[in-house]
Order: sequence, then C-alpha cells, then structure tokens
Amino acid sequence: MNQKAKTTPTAKSGGQLFRNDIIFIAVVLVLVSLLGLCFYLFRGDGDEVVVTVDGEVFGTYSLAEDRVVEIRTGEENEELNVLVIKDGKAFVEQATCPDGICAGHRPIKRDGESIVCLPHKVVITVRVTNEEAPDIVV
Amino acid sequence: MRPATKKMALLGLCTAVALVLAYMESMLPPLFHGIPGIKIGLPNIIIVFVLYRFGLWEAAVVSFIRMLAISFMFGNLMALVYSLAGAFLSLLVMAVLKKMKFLSPVGVSVAGGVFHNVGQILAAMVLLGTAELGYYLIVLTITGTVSGIFVGLCGAIIMKRIPKKFI
Ligand SMILES: [Zn+2]
Repeated sequence: MNQKAKTTPTAKSGGQLFRNDIIFIAVVLVLVSLLGLCFYLFRGDGDEVVVTVDGEVFGTYSLAEDRVVEIRTGEENEELNVLVIKDGKAFVEQATCPDGICAGHRPIKRDGESIVCLPHKVVITVRVTNEEAPDIVV
Repeated sequence: MRPATKKMALLGLCTAVALVLAYMESMLPPLFHGIPGIKIGLPNIIIVFVLYRFGLWEAAVVSFIRMLAISFMFGNLMALVYSLAGAFLSLLVMAVLKKMKFLSPVGVSVAGGVFHNVGQILAAMVLLGTAELGYYLIVLTITGTVSGIFVGLCGAIIMKRIPKKFI
C-alpha cells in the first residue's frame, strides 16, 4: 500500500476540517435551541388535564367544561388540593400544603404545562387528547 | 472483473452490511424508553461510506433498497414513508456539504443525522397534520448530533481502511 492510497478526505488538512466540524456542530445546536424556544413559547393549547398522585393517575378532566376537583391525598385524606377548571384553563385554587407553591401558580392551558405540588406528590399536566407519538424508525 | 460488475458486487455487499447493521440495531434495547425514533443509525455508517467512495446516486440506491427491504421484513408502510423522507433529506444535505469541502466526514454525518430526523418529523407533521411534533424535533436533533458524530467517526475509520484505490 503506497502513501497516496492511505490519504483520505479526513487526512487532508484534518485540523482545519476538525475545527469546522466543531463550529458547525455548535451552530446546529444553537439554532435548534432557538427553534425549541420558539416552539415552547408558541405551543398550542391542550384540551385535557391529567392529575397524577405519586405517579398514579388520579383523574383526567376536559378543559372544555368548567368544574372543581378536590384532590384528596395522604393516609387519612388530610391533604387537599382544589383544582379548578374554568374558561379552558386549570389552576389550583387552594391547597393545604405547607409551601403553597401550587396554589400560587398561574393558570395553565398549553400542551405540556404543569402544576406540581411536591409535598402532596400531585402533578397536574395539560395535554392534547389521544396524542400519540408516531411510529418512527430510522 | 469488469469495473461495472465489481461496482455492482461491492454495492450489493454494502447494502447487505447496512441491512445487517439495521437488524442488529433493531435488537438493541431502545436508548431512551418511551421515545421512539432515537437510534444510533448504524446503517448510516455504510451510507456515509458509499457517499464518499462512490457518490450520491450510489448512496441513494443503497439507502433506498435498504429501506425497502427493512420495511418488508419488519416495518409498516407508514414507517417506510417517514424513513424515506428522512433518508433522502439527510442524503441530499450530506451530498451538498461534501461538495462544499468545508467539513470532514464527521461534520457531514452530523448534518446527515440531524436532517434524517428533520425529514422524518416533517413527513409526520404533514401526514398527521399536527405541529405538536415540534418539541420532538429538539430532542431528536440533539441525539442526531451525537449519533452523527459516532457514525461519522466509524465512517472515517472504514474509509481509512478501505482506500479509494481498492474500489
Ligand atoms: Zn402545593
């Protein structure tokens, strides 16, 4: 095998190409992060809320109908979060948790938004009904 | 052997290796549970190799036959549409970048990996008529970049081992 045969495209000014690769990868990642930010900011509204308690589904409620849901948790049902669905938005009206973060959270309505009550292990998430990830193969 | 016959035989061999790699990859556990579409894309090593050693047309043929064979063996028609959209967008971007001589095979296959996913997501958006998949694209771009680096490095190693002279 002579020297010429060993020369590959990578071997030609490899350092320069390598630097270009790094720049290229960085640019791609920055562009995608910006795109992601746009999607995040302009994402669509969801149409239902899913309430889970300690990872188990507590209930699923449509955002279209106004209602009040009392999420009672704890060993003796002593923990309470009052979920209110009104005008297509969901929020926690009152809660017995010590931090009160959930009750202070702004109303949510966009797909993927959630309110979390850590002390009560309650997660309230907005989603789009029957959203299925397509079967994608590479 | 006549050059045309030799080329045909080599491309057939490449297609077979790509199929084996695809089959191997299908047996690996999913990289991230519950998120489909995140794969290393091992067959793309062969596609990158064919693109550099033969050309765009040859890479497209190998890619197409591989997709067709895989979808007959274990896929469905819907998945084939996604795969084809991803594979051809990816190949086109790689061919253009390769021509520009600005990136090494590693950078070129990073672009290939990213656009493979972009193509699939765009096809899914059109077919399913939903924009929700947008988020998905972010995750897939990052994984596409990582797998593109891996694929590019493997491709570069194979190119080093199998010089142009051999073909
Ligand atoms: Zn709380």
